[in-house]
Amino acid sequence: MNEVANPAACKLVIDGVSKWFHTDRASVHALDSIDLSVGEGEVVCLVGPSGCGKSTLLDIIAGLTRPDAGRVLADGQPVQRPGRERLVMFQESALFPWLDAFGNVMFGLKLRPEFANRDRREIAYRFLDLVGLEKFAHAPIHELSGGMKQRVALARALAPDPQVLLMDEPFGALDAMTRDQLYEDIQQIWKKSRKTVVFVTHNVREAVCLGDRVILMSPSPGRILRAFDIPLSRPRDMNSVELATHAARIAAALRGRAGAEAE
Amino acid sequence: MKRALVATLFFLALLALWELAARSGRWSPVLLPSPRHVAEYLTAALQDGTLIEAIWVTMRRLLAGYVIGVVLGLPLGLAVSSSQMMKDTLGALALGLQTLPSVCWVPLALLWFGQSEGAMLFVVVMGTVWSVIIATDHGARNIPPIYARAARTMGSEGLHQWTRVILPASLPFLVSGMKQGWAFAWRSLMAAEIFVTILTGFGLGHLLHYGRELNAMDQVIGTMVVIVLIGLAADRILFSPWERFLHRRWGTNVNVT
Repeated sequence: MNEVANPAACKLVIDGVSKWFHTDRASVHALDSIDLSVGEGEVVCLVGPSGCGKSTLLDIIAGLTRPDAGRVLADGQPVQRPGRERLVMFQESALFPWLDAFGNVMFGLKLRPEFANRDRREIAYRFLDLVGLEKFAHAPIHELSGGMKQRVALARALAPDPQVLLMDEPFGALDAMTRDQLYEDIQQIWKKSRKTVVFVTHNVREAVCLGDRVILMSPSPGRILRAFDIPLSRPRDMNSVELATHAARIAAALRGRAGAEAE
Repeated sequence: MKRALVATLFFLALLALWELAARSGRWSPVLLPSPRHVAEYLTAALQDGTLIEAIWVTMRRLLAGYVIGVVLGLPLGLAVSSSQMMKDTLGALALGLQTLPSVCWVPLALLWFGQSEGAMLFVVVMGTVWSVIIATDHGARNIPPIYARAARTMGSEGLHQWTRVILPASLPFLVSGMKQGWAFAWRSLMAAEIFVTILTGFGLGHLLHYGRELNAMDQVIGTMVVIVLIGLAADRILFSPWERFLHRRWGTNVNVT
């Protein structure tokens, strides 16, 4: 499945990654020998029901969690710990409430010693502008709406210019209208600053709308079930028929698997 | 404006009730002086300087004990919150000793330090430090772990993470820990001053104590009024603005204790 002849040419290579979680009563096999390669500039969406290990896999790629077996290569180098080349955008409320929107974007920039202070400020304002929040640069975080918060989070993740953007259900807590607007905006933003993206979601349509490739995962133990290429042109309309057709195909595969397990 | 009016009316009504009770003649004026008598005592004590002197002595002791208690308590509280082992050991000790009323430290302090400023300071520190540890630990435990995770992915670690993430994230809880400490220090010091009679300084607690010895009820009630007013002022001036600022900024509902 998606084996690439020369792994060094890939941005990310996930090589036989397994993970168990141990509690007092039981061991959970969260991930079972996952192999996956992500090309430069590719957007890969991990989809699956809860418990399929997709968020755990993202944590392992980020370096926040160590795998029990296998390894992750980023640009051919093994991932040992979190690094600025792979920034994570979490679900809501990962913004720091003691800083304003601008301060949150500056947080990551200040950790890059190669920038001069004046450049940092300029970059921070540029990215707030990119996500459409230049007027709210100095607003306290809790005064922003859920959608605006995730825009700040996106600016915070993009500003330090990471090689890879890891997104963990970033729009899961938002209402449908806010989300539709964000799908449009995020495709515009990606057009301007092309990144390698791994995007975790349980929403199949969201995955089809954003991904070049959708990886369907199944739970207990977490495995890759199938991969779907999405050859639609961008920008994609969330409500278009083509998109719905792809989504239906993937949803059917997901249901078929669930049905097979129930028997 | 309306709130201030209601509050003023409430306290005027209380004073009126007190005045009526004093005038009714059912109780001896020695046991229940009228508000006017208490006011006269307070004016006299202000004019001859005993009250100012007592407030100054008490505040100096309070500040010393409080600062020591907070300086010890905040880092220990953060340490307790950082590991299960610390929680099971130091945390359990702090929880136990926090339940001990601070006046229970007085006999021990008197035997160890004699009738001295040291005994007084010891009682205040013991009354303060455990509650600060408990409040700080409780607060730090409630920091969402996602802040630290997000910071780590941006390359923050070690000292940077402590000073730029953990510390600001726990600020609302640190302030409630400091407020808790202030309330306990104040109670402990009053207990200490009433029971530790020394000559190196004549505090508000001593005014109370000698008021009782001399059957001077106007002095006892007047001093109590001053103690209440100082407590209220500390809350309004020292802590409330901070708490309001943090609420606004953090957008949290930190319990106002």
